[in-house]
Amino acid sequence: MKKDLIVSIKDLAFGYAERQIHRKINMNFHRGKVVAIMGGSGCGKTTILRLIGGQIKPTSGQVEVDGKIVHEQGRKGIYELRRKMGMLFQHGALFSDLSVYENVAFPIREHTDLNEAVIKDLVLMKLNAVGLRGAHNLMPTELSGGMARRVALARAVALDPDIIMYDEPFAGLDPISMGVICDLIRTLNDALGATSIIVTHDVTETFAFADYIYFIADGIVAAEGSPSDLKKSQLPFVKQFIYSEKDGPVPFHYQANEYISDLGL
Amino acid sequence: MLTFFENIGRGLRLKITRLGAATRLFFTIISYSSESFKRFNLTIREIYFTGVLSLIIIIVSAFFVGMVLGLQGYYTLQKYGSSEAIGVLVALALVRELGPVVTALLFAGRAGTAITAEIGLMKATEQLSAMEMMAVSPVARIVAPRFWAGIITMPLLASIFSMVGIIGGYVVAVPLIGVDEGAFWSQMQANVDFSYDIVNGFIKSLVFGIACTIIALFEGYDAPPTAEGVSRATTRTVVTSSLAVLGLDFVLTSFMLSV
Repeated sequence: MKKDLIVSIKDLAFGYAERQIHRKINMNFHRGKVVAIMGGSGCGKTTILRLIGGQIKPTSGQVEVDGKIVHEQGRKGIYELRRKMGMLFQHGALFSDLSVYENVAFPIREHTDLNEAVIKDLVLMKLNAVGLRGAHNLMPTELSGGMARRVALARAVALDPDIIMYDEPFAGLDPISMGVICDLIRTLNDALGATSIIVTHDVTETFAFADYIYFIADGIVAAEGSPSDLKKSQLPFVKQFIYSEKDGPVPFHYQANEYISDLGL
Repeated sequence: MLTFFENIGRGLRLKITRLGAATRLFFTIISYSSESFKRFNLTIREIYFTGVLSLIIIIVSAFFVGMVLGLQGYYTLQKYGSSEAIGVLVALALVRELGPVVTALLFAGRAGTAITAEIGLMKATEQLSAMEMMAVSPVARIVAPRFWAGIITMPLLASIFSMVGIIGGYVVAVPLIGVDEGAFWSQMQANVDFSYDIVNGFIKSLVFGIACTIIALFEGYDAPPTAEGVSRATTRTVVTSSLAVLGLDFVLTSFMLSV
């Protein structure tokens, strides 16, 4: 029997020598759910994905994936955990020297001994799921931003992962592509029975399909809840974020001296 | 005054740190090599890119270097009445020094920069991170095949360079200037020693191959993931590789001559 909780973050702190990013983060991700992590630019949203994937180690606290503490794993253990994960990078991160077909086939070839006929069927099925079966011969440079993101999504789910992580999946997309990606995230999550973790700051799209949302600010979880709960929230930070208010707890101006003194008046 | 010394110390510390990081990358590559050898087709692909595609520049340069050697050598040797020794001069200069050194300098400019730019851009576009997240080691899949391709390619290119250079020298000395063909080849055959000259030249090109390839790989792998970062790393590859080749050449030559 699989545990319902697939990723859990406990008292996580992380920072670089010159800057503390997370002070105390606690999050839980349940199987089958689409969970969004939101917050302003530079608040450490993507860093959380990298901590879950074991690319960096926390300063204190822990990230547990499928019952295993990520930072305590050796290289082999980390790679075993990563086989349960798929990740969609902000700009797709497709291998530029491989065709669309070869990009999607890459993880299958690396981790299985399947014969070419089966690989072909699998790749075409994954590409069909994102609507790009007809583009399998194209090179990444021939794709639009939205198409590249969809190919990267097909590659991320090539091995039917338990966890799919999305780093800013909507950044720089036109409204049609954005709608397509939103739909695909939900559909693929439900079809694969996976858990989706989405890092984003696009409020409208995320609130429309996410099951649960975490807001990060100042290195902690500033607010959490379902989209309907958060819409009713009276917390100033959440209100500022949801309603795109220019000024509030997150100031418009970067920390500076008095304006008058800077102008020499 | 203190700031001056502080800056020197900081710069030196940075250089030593980078040298340590490059050495660590070298040993990481070695540890991942068995994994990489299982898919030797990746290394063969890189041999094509670094070796076969460098052939044009190597052959053309070697031919001109050989012709210039033939011309310069003849005009100097004839003053002492030993113009027949031109074959030996051309062959020894190429096999001992110019073959390995010029090949390594051309390799750094042609293949080294391509390796740095490619890996740097793969890093900047998150392709290496994507690979890591797919539980595939970028060192085993990307770095190690390029490393072994560089090591295999460099001695081969240096041999081709020396061979074509000798042909260039022959073209100038024999058909154009009129040096006796028999003397050209027989003096070369009599005075070029296989174990001393050719093997030493091979060892040099092997060492240059390791140095140039590890520098190119490290600069790419360590490049800041920005356009400026990659362009600076590419420049550093050429500068560092060229200086390393010339410095190592002196060290190796002094060892070889003292044996």
